[in-house]
Amino acid sequence: MANIKMRAKLVGDITEIKLIINHPMETGRRKDDIGELIPAHFIQLVTAKLNDKTVLEMQWGTGISKNPYLTFYLNSAKLNDKVSINWVDNLGKTGDGEILVVAG
Amino acid sequence: MQRRYFLSIVLGSVTACLIAPINAFAAIWNKQAFEATKFSNAANDLAINNEVQSQDIDINAPDRAENGAIVQVEINSRIPNTESIAIFVEHNPTTLIGHFTFANGALPQLVIRIKMAETSDVKLVVKAGNQYFTAAKNVVVLENGCG
Repeated sequence: MANIKMRAKLVGDITEIKLIINHPMETGRRKDDIGELIPAHFIQLVTAKLNDKTVLEMQWGTGISKNPYLTFYLNSAKLNDKVSINWVDNLGKTGDGEILVVAG
Repeated sequence: MQRRYFLSIVLGSVTACLIAPINAFAAIWNKQAFEATKFSNAANDLAINNEVQSQDIDINAPDRAENGAIVQVEINSRIPNTESIAIFVEHNPTTLIGHFTFANGALPQLVIRIKMAETSDVKLVVKAGNQYFTAAKNVVVLENGCG
């Protein structure tokens, strides 16, 4: 899906995964131009998998910046392994993305 | 008998399809911890106790952030058997920022961008076995990022 941009690069034994998710991450405390509160809308759970094994399980609050950016690292990935991301937000909306590990 | 067997398969697979999307997220969002306004309450809700200061946790964050809406924080735990890291901003309206659990070769190391409402410590709590370790870094915020 287009809502996640990902990259996974293997350098030596370590794979660096960078990702950006398009998401407003509204806290529920911000007001719009006419002074009305903008309802909270933020990602709560994110799971990262290497092939089919979970490697990183995340719980996020409203304190993660808009369009969340994350880098994480694996010592268990090989070239062409699949790294995938799934998220669900407080409104029950979901998103996912996947990428193959390439040489850095 | 055969029909009953067939029905059990059909019903079984329908149930499996309904359950599968939920199972994709084994973790449950800790509502209480994320809604807590004080570090001590959020820490309690995450079962954090007796956390001790550690030199083996690195936090790399700017000394001064122009805009609190995007503060990049680099985190690394050198504590053996680190299982999870929780990030807190003590002076944010809600103090818990995120909770990260590592498995299957994920290193306890992250780069993430967070919001800061005002000047505050960014505090990390690392869980290793049954022990908790902590480190903090103060970030001066010039413009509120929580709105």
